[in-house]
Amino acid sequence: MLFSSITRKVLMALAGLFLVSFLCVHLGINLMLLKDDGGRAFTAAARFMGTNPFIRVAETVLFSGFLIHIIFGILNSGQNRSARKISYVIGNRSETSLLSKYMFHTGIIVLIFLILHFIDFYFIKIGLVAPPPGIESHDFYSRSLVLFSSPLYSGIYIVCFIFLGFHLNHAFQSAFQTLGLNHSRYMGAVKVIGSAYSVLVSAGFSIVPLYICFFK
Amino acid sequence: MNFKLKIWRQKNAKEKGGMVSYDVTGISPDSSFFEMLDFLNQQLIISGGDPVAFDHDCREGICGTCSLYINGRPHGPVKGVTTCQLHMRSFRDGDTIHIEPWRARAFPVIRDLIVNRSAFDRIIQAGGYISVNSGGVPDANSIPVPKHDSDAAFDAATCIGCGACVASCSNAAAMLFIGAKVSHLALLPQGRIEASKRVQSMVARMDELGFGSCSNTYACEAECPKGISVINIARMNRQFLHAKLVSEKEKIIRESL
Repeated sequence: MLFSSITRKVLMALAGLFLVSFLCVHLGINLMLLKDDGGRAFTAAARFMGTNPFIRVAETVLFSGFLIHIIFGILNSGQNRSARKISYVIGNRSETSLLSKYMFHTGIIVLIFLILHFIDFYFIKIGLVAPPPGIESHDFYSRSLVLFSSPLYSGIYIVCFIFLGFHLNHAFQSAFQTLGLNHSRYMGAVKVIGSAYSVLVSAGFSIVPLYICFFK
Repeated sequence: MNFKLKIWRQKNAKEKGGMVSYDVTGISPDSSFFEMLDFLNQQLIISGGDPVAFDHDCREGICGTCSLYINGRPHGPVKGVTTCQLHMRSFRDGDTIHIEPWRARAFPVIRDLIVNRSAFDRIIQAGGYISVNSGGVPDANSIPVPKHDSDAAFDAATCIGCGACVASCSNAAAMLFIGAKVSHLALLPQGRIEASKRVQSMVARMDELGFGSCSNTYACEAECPKGISVINIARMNRQFLHAKLVSEKEKIIRESL
């Protein structure tokens, strides 16, 4: 096995915390879509993210973060499943948080979303996928408006972000525990911040399609 | 009280097992869970049947021999007790009680409800020794230990190695067990000398034996009959990271399994 189980968990936690910080940046840019300026602020931000050399380097780190988190997540889940070959007749009824038991499942939903999201935006930008007629490959603003004006697309998008919220709710405090940072002085605060953050991310990302769907 | 029991029966490690139903009647609410099983076994012996095999020893909640996964929970529905300290008054008259062995690849079933938990012994062996001088009895308090550290070490040392943490964990991970063992030695000056080597060896052995990894569901803490906290897992993670990142490299001798 590649690395010990704790090392793998620690790498997952570090990558996960980096992804958490990335979500904040992404959310900030997305919220610019709410500004009624014909997408000028949003496009400027998107251009900055696409051209700034520092961000270009950070993007490599980001992709490594995704890969580490996803690959070790799948490896660990495989190892965990093989650790109990014969399951119980009566499933576990211990008093634990429900979400913590479904991290793999919520993670897979987020992964599927990520792939679709890449096809919808990133692959068009880098030229892997041809943009739909009438939209330039770098025009994320028009692309967002077209996609979010479909209630079905917006609905799926919002559901995915609710599942991401479930994932983050456990993930944030779990990362601290994995890194050995569990102390009675601050663990309560970490849990509250993690829950608040997961609600904010779910709500923040969902506001944009709701706004475009109903008010544009 | 009357109960319907559904018990996992398995002749030996190789044969396939299955759930078998039994009825027990006239059980006193004050009898312990094992007295109820003794009663069932007596009936089975009289009728020429095969008694149910289960682990037990001290029957006072301190040895860690008893197991049993009762209605989806290790050691049954009452928090902070082992199966031997569980009484039939904790169930309702007429209840159906499912009794299964611990399930983990590292804990294979030997017969009926008995599993082989020697994987825990192997982890303890991997932990090695502590350096203590032989000779006369040292003066009391010759080695000062902060009160908080000794309390935390003793809390961790209450682990009786029953394996409920592994049984309840959705990943069959032994992290709470090892966290407790690592903590109770590493918090005290006597155990600190080999602490770095100990945590690495025990974690390596845990991985070799086929336990899962921790996904922080904390089912272990909820089911531990001694109420051992997951803070011990965080301490182990911290020590493991410290050992891997900053402590001087030391050759770890890993004897083959």
